[in-house]
Amino acid sequence: MLAVAVILASNVVAADEFSQEDMQRWQAQFQSVVQTGRSLWVDPKLGGNGVTCAQCHPNAANTHPETYPKFQKQIGRVVLLWEMIDWCLRNPLEGKPLAADDPNMIALQAYITNERRGVPLDPGKH
Amino acid sequence: MDLDRGRRGFLKAGGALALVGALPVTLMELAFAKAAETFSFAFIADAHIQNIRGNEFVRNWDRGLIRAVAETNLLSPMPDFVVFGGDLAELGSRAELDHGAEILSALRPKLYGVIGECDYYLDLGEYWSKLFGAQWYSFDHKGVHFVVVNSVLTDDDWTHNRWPTPERRMREMALTDNPNGSPLMVGEKQRAWLAEDLKKVDRKTPVVVLSHAPLQKIYRGWNFWTEDADEVQALLKPFERVVVIYGHVHQIQYNQIANISFHSAMATSRPLPYPRSYAQAADTLPKLVVPMNRADPFFERDGTGWQFVNLATGRADVYYNLYNNGPRNVAFNPATSRPEDTTYQSVDPHPLPQQQY
Repeated sequence: MLAVAVILASNVVAADEFSQEDMQRWQAQFQSVVQTGRSLWVDPKLGGNGVTCAQCHPNAANTHPETYPKFQKQIGRVVLLWEMIDWCLRNPLEGKPLAADDPNMIALQAYITNERRGVPLDPGKH
Repeated sequence: MDLDRGRRGFLKAGGALALVGALPVTLMELAFAKAAETFSFAFIADAHIQNIRGNEFVRNWDRGLIRAVAETNLLSPMPDFVVFGGDLAELGSRAELDHGAEILSALRPKLYGVIGECDYYLDLGEYWSKLFGAQWYSFDHKGVHFVVVNSVLTDDDWTHNRWPTPERRMREMALTDNPNGSPLMVGEKQRAWLAEDLKKVDRKTPVVVLSHAPLQKIYRGWNFWTEDADEVQALLKPFERVVVIYGHVHQIQYNQIANISFHSAMATSRPLPYPRSYAQAADTLPKLVVPMNRADPFFERDGTGWQFVNLATGRADVYYNLYNNGPRNVAFNPATSRPEDTTYQSVDPHPLPQQQY
């Protein structure tokens, strides 16, 4: 009986156990989405008029992901980063907005935040 | 020269003087010891006319250039000439250069062209030259020696061998933050030409260099860069007063290196962030620069504009007209021997809009 219990125990997945290998694998998944975000960043087909994010935001500079959520004065309420991205898609890029969970929207945010890594959170900052 | 009086004197009558701040103009006025040699010229740069398809162009960039041209034409007296400071096109196409040239053709004064990398890398300046003439040249005007350079050349191998098509090469160079980019330079051939050209210029003659790239090494990651800046500056060293006016960076910058005052021009199309706003890069802008206000994207002309400059006794006094903000003035300060913002250089702390990058 004890032997069976031991065998059964070793087949249970231990959720709190993860290794360096796991972390590297998940980081690679993230970086691949960051790369997709970068491709979209320079893609003239993201919007409707050929303008790319990179033309005004090289290396995603001046996007300030660390300040969201914040009151976006121009929208008139507290918003998340993805809503400001949609504003850009609709206005200077004259294109269609993306849903919050659209893989492309996720990729854009992954690229923006990765380029801003190391900057402390400062939610609400104008 | 009293700047206020000068500005108002340059606007056609018919509007309230309160319009002075609301009527941006890029104007370089050169005022030297001899009053007879005082004159003005306008500097418009970085229009980035962008073709969408067929006969459609990005309206945002079109509007910036149209406005600059219209306001320059309102100047009274008319400036002696206008300089276009480069990057008329976004991707160097004939359609873009033609559309930009058509807008510029409304300018009443004579036009001198300075080539930018976004004009150059599709056909190596062939069509640009058909429209605007030589890519480097000099001229004298009322006692001042003007030099125009092509400061957007790069390594031969990158230019001729690296990319499968001219269109691809153009896209790669147009991408500001391109990790596969190549540093801009004036190059050996032009430096030899410049050395020869300057031989006939007296040391006391004011020299104004009109360039697209900064002729300094500011931030390599975004090609705010001239690879042979040291060599070019060395050629200018013997002259008492040298001013370099450059475009390319789409933001207010200024600097003093030995005898040379550097002043950037605003873009008519769109601003660029200051390099310090990229968290993964070191801050390499000259420390003395008081930044322009962070642009509000909801006003599409914010962070764009143009400037006019008084060059009194060979020193630059640049008045920046920002479309949606108060004007800025950067002038040579004889006490510190460098350009300084006449309002904000000593203000501490700087106003919030100048800090929040």
